[in-house]
Amino acid sequence: MSSKTNEKIKRPHVIFFQRKVLSIPYVLFLILFIIVPILIIVLYAFTDENMNLSFDAMVSFFTTPSKLNVLWVSLFVALQTTLICLVIGYPLAYFLADKKINKNAVLITLFIAPMWINFVLRTWATRDLLSWMNISGGNYPYLATLIGMVQNYLPFVILPLYTTFLKLDKSQIEAAADLGANRRQVFTKSVLPQSVPGVVSACMMTFMPTMSSYVISDVFSEGKITLFGNFINLEFNNKLWNDGSFMALIMLIIIGISMFLTRNNSKENARGANL
Amino acid sequence: MKKSFPWRKVLGQSYIWLVLLLMYLPVLLLVIYSFSTSTLIGGRYIFSFDLYTKLFANSSIMIALGNTVLLALISALVSTFLGTLGAIGVFYAKSKFKKAINFATQINIVNAEIVIAFSLTVMFVFLGTYVFKDDIFGFWTLLIGHVALSVPFVYISVRPKLQQMDPALYEAAIDLGATPRQALSKITIPEIAPGIFSGFLLAITLSLDDFIITSFTRGAGLLSGESEIETLSTFIQAAIKKKNVPPEMRALTTFIFVLVIVVVVAVSVYRSQQAKAKKIRKGRD
Repeated sequence: MSSKTNEKIKRPHVIFFQRKVLSIPYVLFLILFIIVPILIIVLYAFTDENMNLSFDAMVSFFTTPSKLNVLWVSLFVALQTTLICLVIGYPLAYFLADKKINKNAVLITLFIAPMWINFVLRTWATRDLLSWMNISGGNYPYLATLIGMVQNYLPFVILPLYTTFLKLDKSQIEAAADLGANRRQVFTKSVLPQSVPGVVSACMMTFMPTMSSYVISDVFSEGKITLFGNFINLEFNNKLWNDGSFMALIMLIIIGISMFLTRNNSKENARGANL
Repeated sequence: MKKSFPWRKVLGQSYIWLVLLLMYLPVLLLVIYSFSTSTLIGGRYIFSFDLYTKLFANSSIMIALGNTVLLALISALVSTFLGTLGAIGVFYAKSKFKKAINFATQINIVNAEIVIAFSLTVMFVFLGTYVFKDDIFGFWTLLIGHVALSVPFVYISVRPKLQQMDPALYEAAIDLGATPRQALSKITIPEIAPGIFSGFLLAITLSLDDFIITSFTRGAGLLSGESEIETLSTFIQAAIKKKNVPPEMRALTTFIFVLVIVVVVAVSVYRSQQAKAKKIRKGRD
């Protein structure tokens, strides 16, 4: 009898210990291959090749016009891609979620399905089509890049917007209509404000990946447009670890700021994780 | 009262189908031209299965395909193992620790792939220069890159299932004499299995789709033997740069396209039927 009570006292500790221990490999992996690499680029960003403290990378970034230009061009391309995606994707998601227009729930998955086809393959396909239409990096590098970006990131805009529209408060919309609001007023006063979280996450899903993208701008502009991603890749090819680390750090800071600004917005839509 | 023409419906539906057509147009053209011998899209169309026989004879495509699938499976298995155990362990840990790990997990979910790739590469270069005194890039660095990309997604797919689970089940198993290991494998794992499975699938798709991390962290190994590991992504990218993507790649695109559409549509039909069945069951109660 006494041994049994002994066991009962011991058990909670055993269970607690056992289950917590399971996380050790995961935690070690996070530390070794996610946290430490970030610390190392911080270290490299502020040192030179001989590991001495140096602000050369920072000074060169802020004083070289071509480097700063990469930042502005990336922001501009990302902004334009996001806006075009929203203009196309917002009404699309609205129509898809409207039961009076679309009763077929499978249709939305067709819009998401391209994400599962290898993205370099899709990029190649779009480029082939564009060069058939005589739009290529040779004659219209900017237009070709923009079309490529929109083609690639449109599904990432449609999905969060669609889930937001599905969750719209129907009774509020009906109440607005009952109380005498016309169609436009219902939209601007009820639908639009309710869809803001979806718009924010759609922007997040497009803006950052566009800025840091490498393959799309490289393939569509044939190397004529250099975005943040292309530049970091260039530093990688030239083994300029210090300059590259500083660029990566800037990218990381921009991502961090945007995450902080949108922290109240749900992150469940990240990279289509919920499908 | 005369029913007016349903403008809204017609406009909405035509818009939906127009965008859908534009989204699929590039891939559809490749599919159509996969049954032709024409070297260029838009060239003279002569129907033939030539590209399909050529596809299986092209050893570099087959090696790239094999590497891609192998890497996806191995990295997804490792990620699923690490991520699932991590989610279980962290779920039962103290809340401060839990918060720290949840935050660290978010880093790579929101981070740009190029930053993940570059920071890992710099670390591997650092280790190669100061610790191993040798180039350490190879299969292992590539595997670490892919796991770093996908393991957080496994973690966040498993976590909600743990929150939904009835904690009494595990306690009951222990009280009925199960060892913690038995309770884990017989109660916890089956309960959270759907989360583990979707995490696994997500890990596979992330790995299949990856280009940047692969091109940064790879070295020699896998089916490529002594030369740099080539996956479909890196193979096609290099071919695009040299402007000579082999036309038989169209045949492969067709296979991938059909597979993706069949799987995606089947899964969504299955899900909507399940939802309907649930509604009917609820109605009966």
